[in-house]
Amino acid sequence: MHHEVWHFSDYVMLVVSAIFINNILLARFLGNCPFLGTSKRMDTAFSMACAVTFVLGCTGPITWLIEKYLLIPYDLLYLETLAFILTIAVFVQLVEMAIRKISQPLYRALGIYLPLITTNCAVLGTCFLNIKEKFNFIQTVVFSIASAMGFGLALIIMAGIRERFNFARIPKNFQDTSIGLITAGLIGLSFFAFQGLAK
Amino acid sequence: MDTKRFVNEFVKGLWKEIPPFRFVLGLCPTLACTTTVSDGLGMGLCLTFVLTCSNIFISMLRKIIPDEVRLPCFIVVVATFVIIVELVTQAYFYPLYMSLGIFIPLIVVNCIPLGRAEAFASKNPVIYSLADGLGMGLGYTMSLTSLAFFRELLGKGTVWGHQVMWSGFKPLSFLQKAPGAFVCLGIMLGIMNLIGSEK
Repeated sequence: MHHEVWHFSDYVMLVVSAIFINNILLARFLGNCPFLGTSKRMDTAFSMACAVTFVLGCTGPITWLIEKYLLIPYDLLYLETLAFILTIAVFVQLVEMAIRKISQPLYRALGIYLPLITTNCAVLGTCFLNIKEKFNFIQTVVFSIASAMGFGLALIIMAGIRERFNFARIPKNFQDTSIGLITAGLIGLSFFAFQGLAK
Repeated sequence: MDTKRFVNEFVKGLWKEIPPFRFVLGLCPTLACTTTVSDGLGMGLCLTFVLTCSNIFISMLRKIIPDEVRLPCFIVVVATFVIIVELVTQAYFYPLYMSLGIFIPLIVVNCIPLGRAEAFASKNPVIYSLADGLGMGLGYTMSLTSLAFFRELLGKGTVWGHQVMWSGFKPLSFLQKAPGAFVCLGIMLGIMNLIGSEK
């Protein structure tokens, strides 16, 4: 599949698969700490989803270029982990500085979530998946953004449900994270229905 | 060296502050690497090695690392040990390396080594940091192994690959799938809260 010419429908399938079928959060288990941490309120969940989409949309292709033009030619593949995490850390730091200079309201909305993204394993995990699946550059760009949108979708659905928990009587010991995990499992189960889309 | 304090720092990670139940951190490997007991134990031991070594090193360097750039410094130290684990498992434990997949490099962004570096190792002497890292790591290994035990026993009817349930037993294959992991962890967390709150 990777060596053939990709048509438009293949890209659509890649996007659908990344968002619904192999959702990065619910099927691949990446990025669970920020998922449970920022899904208590809709506005924080939405800000986090936007920040992750932006960062992943940029770092996915950047790490792909680093792999292809730096690590492989100089035979430094054993430094992949270190190179990728440093790229993400530096990029996030730069974005934080840039946003602070350019727009104060945007910084107040997104600023505190940016440092959290460095340690979000959905970001680093997607960078590794791009390499593992042997994607070319365009596929990397598409997959990175689709993957982040899948993360955002799951986060926003979860926030919508968790806001309703305020009105539900949950046993004391199961409150907060515990019921959050069980809910995530049930959302994941409903996403299983999309598996019929893939042939 | 105060032996009593050493023992205290070690023991707290095994029950009182056991991750990921008391400290809800490092959820991604907890969910992804617990389909079989051998995976859970392997992941736990990899993390124990990384956590203990990174705690020792960060504690030794705590007076040298400048405060403003401490997070990138911690990440580089953790990444170094993760690369060691990656190369060692690839060379000597190849089946484990294949089944854990991208979750070995993702230990870099696991919140536990970074969390302990920030909260403990950067403020305490080397010997106590060693106890803290070892205790937290082994506590995490215990949690992962017990979660994996239930998922493998009820989901496949086996323990460590050996058939232990009676022959007519119908496995709950739901527990082996992604949503089952969330639900199982959520229920275990609730039960742990119940035990903890009685004291």
